Amino acid sequence: MTSVIALDAVPHIRRGVKCAYDQIRSAHVVLFPEGVLVLNETAASVVSLCDGARSVGDIALVLGDEYDGVEPEDVVELVARLVERRVVDVDG
Amino acid sequence: MAEAPFGLLAELTHRCPLQCGYCSNPVELVRRNAELDTESWRRVFDQARSLGALQIHLSGGEPLLRPDLPELVTHANSLGCYVNLVTSGVGLSRDRLRDLASHGVDHVQLSLQDATREGNDRIAGIKAFDRKVEAAAYIRDEGLPLTVNTVLHRQNLDNIAGIIAMAEEMGAERLELANTQYYGWALRNRAVLLPTREQLAVADPIVAAAQERLRGRMEIVYVIADYHEAHPKPCMYGWGVRQLTVAPNGDVLPCPAATVISSLEIENVRDSSLHEIWHNSPSFNAFRGFEWMKDPCRSCPRKEIDFGGCRCQAFQLTGDAANTDPVCSLSPSRSTVDLILETEMTPAEVPAMAMRKMT
Repeated sequence: MTSVIALDAVPHIRRGVKCAYDQIRSAHVVLFPEGVLVLNETAASVVSLCDGARSVGDIALVLGDEYDGVEPEDVVELVARLVERRVVDVDG
Repeated sequence: MAEAPFGLLAELTHRCPLQCGYCSNPVELVRRNAELDTESWRRVFDQARSLGALQIHLSGGEPLLRPDLPELVTHANSLGCYVNLVTSGVGLSRDRLRDLASHGVDHVQLSLQDATREGNDRIAGIKAFDRKVEAAAYIRDEGLPLTVNTVLHRQNLDNIAGIIAMAEEMGAERLELANTQYYGWALRNRAVLLPTREQLAVADPIVAAAQERLRGRMEIVYVIADYHEAHPKPCMYGWGVRQLTVAPNGDVLPCPAATVISSLEIENVRDSSLHEIWHNSPSFNAFRGFEWMKDPCRSCPRKEIDFGGCRCQAFQLTGDAANTDPVCSLSPSRSTVDLILETEMTPAEVPAMAMRKMT
């Protein structure tokens, strides 16, 4: 069940979650209790912007400048999935 | 070539102050003088990381009994791995925990045998309850994320609500409620441990309600009692796919229980590299993919979901590790499991628990 994340929600990486780059897989990864997520480029950018200061809307704006065709809904969905996997938490 | 593993379960020692009768360690425990030394473990971690492992679970037995634990934590951390300490909490003082955290422990898994002092200490075989409560407070005060692990069985399943409340009180972010899986010690004690259908029927909705109530605060992972189910568990998410285990003596295992398959030729880190063992050994390739399967698994669409269940269970209950896990309702050996349930869920005379100990 994916909960709806508002555009003004502010996501941050949860306590105990480590973000790293894995040379073996040539990919950004998120490490957390009993789990590993291998991120694609967009997801890695979103994770790196979940700094507890930017809102989901801010992140969408940054990514929109960086990549073509990134819609706010895509970021909302990605953040929701990260919340579900207990990688990020949202305030607000 | 097989995909890279994500995790290494490092069983640093089989020595343990606790004597739980369902311990996942093999019945033949490795003695202290056969344990890998510090240098060998460092080499194992190096090899695991270059193979692709990103999580190192420091487990046992009780890993706190290894005086070189801080060094090993530092090394695992320096490789960029997520360092998970799996402990009984016995021997974890505030200073010790603080020291381990400063060396790079990322997460602690603390075992809890039952919700009450009396129940916990009866199962553990020693007075451990108060130590665990203290350990949980140290972990929380240090700001480390905590998972509480409880193995469920006939003697504690009725206290499931209390166990959940206890994990909440301890400040756990995760709670693993794992019904006993019957290998090694637990197989020996099955007639003491096997829960009744009535117990599970009461416990299951309590867990489901707690999962809902605690969503976002404490994640509850519930591992099913597979003898009572119609389909097997997706054991290890496939053989030689995600994780490997190194036993205290350096034996490399596709799953922690794999020594029960006596026909399996086990390799050792003293003779071969983890890379060689993971990719090329007969033991790791024995049940990879789907080719090894017989019917009913071979032609079953569920093989993509449960991978035929558990190889160790198939070996123990049918004598052939390549058979369908006999808990599956489609297995020709399901009647074996039904017979076990009938005779051992409510035995006429309940045997005494064989406590875990080195022989």
